[in-house]
Amino acid sequence: MTPPVRIALLACGAEYSGVMPEIYEAARQVEAEVFYPDVTLADVRSAGRGFGLDVHSADLKLMIARAEALVEGRAEADAVFIATCFRCAEAAIVRNELRRYIHEGSRLPVVSYSFTERTTAGTLLTRMEALVTIARRRALLARERQEGITLGLDSGSSTTKAIIMKDNEVIGTGWRPTTQVQQSAEEVIALALEESGLRRSEIEATGVTGYGRFLLGNAIGADLIQEELTVNSKGAVYLADRQHGFATVIDIGGMDNKAITVQDGIPGVFTMGGICAGASGRFLEMTAKRLGIDITELGPLAMKGMGRNVPMNSYCIVFGTQSLVNALAAGNSPEDVAAAACHSVAEQVYEQQLQEVDIREPVIMVGGTSLISGLVHAMGELLQTGVVVPRHSQFIGAVGSALLASGFIRKG
Amino acid sequence: MAKVFIYPGTSLILSDLVSRFGHRPLGSALSVREKVQTAGLDSPPLQITSEDPKKGLRFAAVEVPSGVRGRMSLFGPQIEEADAGIIIQDADLAFGCMGCARTNELVRFLLHRRGIPILELTYPHSDEEGVRFVAAIREFLSSLAGGASA
Repeated sequence: MTPPVRIALLACGAEYSGVMPEIYEAARQVEAEVFYPDVTLADVRSAGRGFGLDVHSADLKLMIARAEALVEGRAEADAVFIATCFRCAEAAIVRNELRRYIHEGSRLPVVSYSFTERTTAGTLLTRMEALVTIARRRALLARERQEGITLGLDSGSSTTKAIIMKDNEVIGTGWRPTTQVQQSAEEVIALALEESGLRRSEIEATGVTGYGRFLLGNAIGADLIQEELTVNSKGAVYLADRQHGFATVIDIGGMDNKAITVQDGIPGVFTMGGICAGASGRFLEMTAKRLGIDITELGPLAMKGMGRNVPMNSYCIVFGTQSLVNALAAGNSPEDVAAAACHSVAEQVYEQQLQEVDIREPVIMVGGTSLISGLVHAMGELLQTGVVVPRHSQFIGAVGSALLASGFIRKG
Repeated sequence: MAKVFIYPGTSLILSDLVSRFGHRPLGSALSVREKVQTAGLDSPPLQITSEDPKKGLRFAAVEVPSGVRGRMSLFGPQIEEADAGIIIQDADLAFGCMGCARTNELVRFLLHRRGIPILELTYPHSDEEGVRFVAAIREFLSSLAGGASA
């Protein structure tokens, strides 16, 4: 029996927020074990002296002491989960600095999260699953070439995508809005098979990712059912041909966003946000609808406009839409409004998430929103760097799944 | 017998002193008795549920972190119930610890706002200070109605 992946928990306020059962449940679902690294009272008293951050809250001192024990090798773990209360400034500083400290001082995968009492195991599951994947499946993630004939499926919150690959080439694609998880998947599989000219029986292995991965993966008997953080980052560096060295992957999705620092194809630090829809692809969909254009036309329209002419900067999709309506009522051009909407989404992602990862060039944007050129341009301006959008970037989860699934092809 | 809120709430020494003088100590030992089954430095009171931070809304607004509100769901009712309070500032971690600096600020503020008798002392760092520290607590507890002499 494989021993569970041991995830060290560095937390402040979790016990008093009622979220400990949720943390334990998320870990249990991915066959991991959450534990507190052992430290002494002397460790807590001296916590921060070496680290250099003097905090007032004793539980934060305890977090620092535990992080020091992990980095100095006095405590052993396979991965680290850092969790503090949402809206606590002191904890936010500690959370970010500890994440950086552990990333720089050890090889432990680490993810940080700010919770409220409403945080559920479901919210934490993808993050925990990614930690377990990185800790346990490094060999799988080391794959750099696709082999044989594989099918990759991404059952996303907005769209379902399919990719068929053969001998390291994409030969079939399918894309449909997600309605019913299985039905949408069958439609995109049919599209991809038609384009590839293959029969379903010729598929040698299948990988599934996205929100519907468990339902879909179990229904079709997938060889690989994997969360989208590791799959997408793997797919991104593969498509962008940056499998060695550092890279940053940004995926602005329909329901949540991912920012991942990758080293040699393996995620090191990642954040996944989904609290405020003003920073999501959904806001851009609403913008396109309000402007009376197709979402595919939004990017080119935004490239013709000047975003700074229109005040728009809201975490919230409702307030963002209000700004949109007000801007149009004030006589601003659709081009300027489209550019402002792209800038607004990019700015929210920049402020809310990119501060939590270490941006390493090249920056690779993936997912459906990476096809909105105005958004990519706005992100590049904010980061002051060129942004790479590889071919097939909108199929990123499906490509990553197809690539990794080839590790499951039975030889002979 | 008076109900005396102790700060830090986890201080066994303070709790013991209050009991010896015939009063009832209010603090973590009492409030989490029902919640905690395993004692220890980081004993997670798993029985605290997501409903507890909502109860804490009586003492702190919704924009206050959930960890503060969860703690206040334990300490807030005790502060309302207390006849007196003892506050030890800058206590050593081994003496007692409440974990969260923001909760500490709110607890001290609410205690003072009650207008009940409060003894506020700084944690002693020498034998001489320690003797004066215990004497001050004894004098304060003796002055409360219904107390006993140790």
